Amino acid sequence: MAEASVITDEMRAAIGQESEPATIEVEKTAVRVFARAVGYTDLIYYDEEYAKSKGYRNLPIPMGFLGNPGNPIFRPDRPPRPAYIMPFQSPYRRILNGGTDIEYYEPICAGDVLTSTSKIADISERTANIGPMLLITGETTYKNQDGRVVARFRGTLIQY
Amino acid sequence: MSDQVYFEDVQEGQEIPSLTEKCTSQRLVMWAAGSGDFYQIHYDKDFAQGTGLPDRITHGALKHALLGRLLHEWVGDQGRVKRVACQYRGMDMVNEDVICHGRITKKSQQGGENIVELEIWAETPQGQKTTPGTGVVSLPSRAQ
Repeated sequence: MAEASVITDEMRAAIGQESEPATIEVEKTAVRVFARAVGYTDLIYYDEEYAKSKGYRNLPIPMGFLGNPGNPIFRPDRPPRPAYIMPFQSPYRRILNGGTDIEYYEPICAGDVLTSTSKIADISERTANIGPMLLITGETTYKNQDGRVVARFRGTLIQY
Repeated sequence: MSDQVYFEDVQEGQEIPSLTEKCTSQRLVMWAAGSGDFYQIHYDKDFAQGTGLPDRITHGALKHALLGRLLHEWVGDQGRVKRVACQYRGMDMVNEDVICHGRITKKSQQGGENIVELEIWAETPQGQKTTPGTGVVSLPSRAQ
């Protein structure tokens, strides 16, 4: 027997609405700390001259640097980044991170200033062994200081 | 890092060298600092168990990043990682190895680049594939 749909007109209206832009300053220390966290030994992530010798403008960002709650950086005078706040109510109270997909169009390096905007790209429903689920796919587009789209992040949140 | 790999030398179906990272509590703390994700289920055992987990768990995003590192260390200085995608299907526990694998699914030329697509995944030491995904990289040609 099919479950009744929980997708409302309010949810459908939220699809495609772009957020206010956020600014990310890509800094050397952040790159180094992130690279160290993932266990990278490649010196392009730590040594500026070495990175330049390998053809980069400065330290490049490792994969996965974007899309974390650490960028944009925390500010005490602003509400904490509501990573999982949806602009609508659903009947489900539990949430899971369904997955992450990041595409890189060109190297992003320390010294770049990125502007990101986010939107809900899709809302769908499915039933699995944990029961009925609402899948919300969000998309964040990153532009650099020259206005080019340099990366795109897609994440899926599962409410159930 | 190993020697440069070239587009002509890889085949569809081929497995790439695996990457193993033991996700100690220290590693998870370093990831919390590097990512800005300070959710306590990853480093506070009492908190984690209070939510019903058996112990602290490895951040999904760290597994995503390790899959990126798997590809980065394979493509060499002249290769580029273009896309890393994965789904979080299972938990990896603190102090356990996360073992990352990749297998080439397609070679093609697109927009003047040598593109290699891969099935990638992370698994537990018990062989459970917790984090399946796909990757896209570009490789240099020997002719260049």
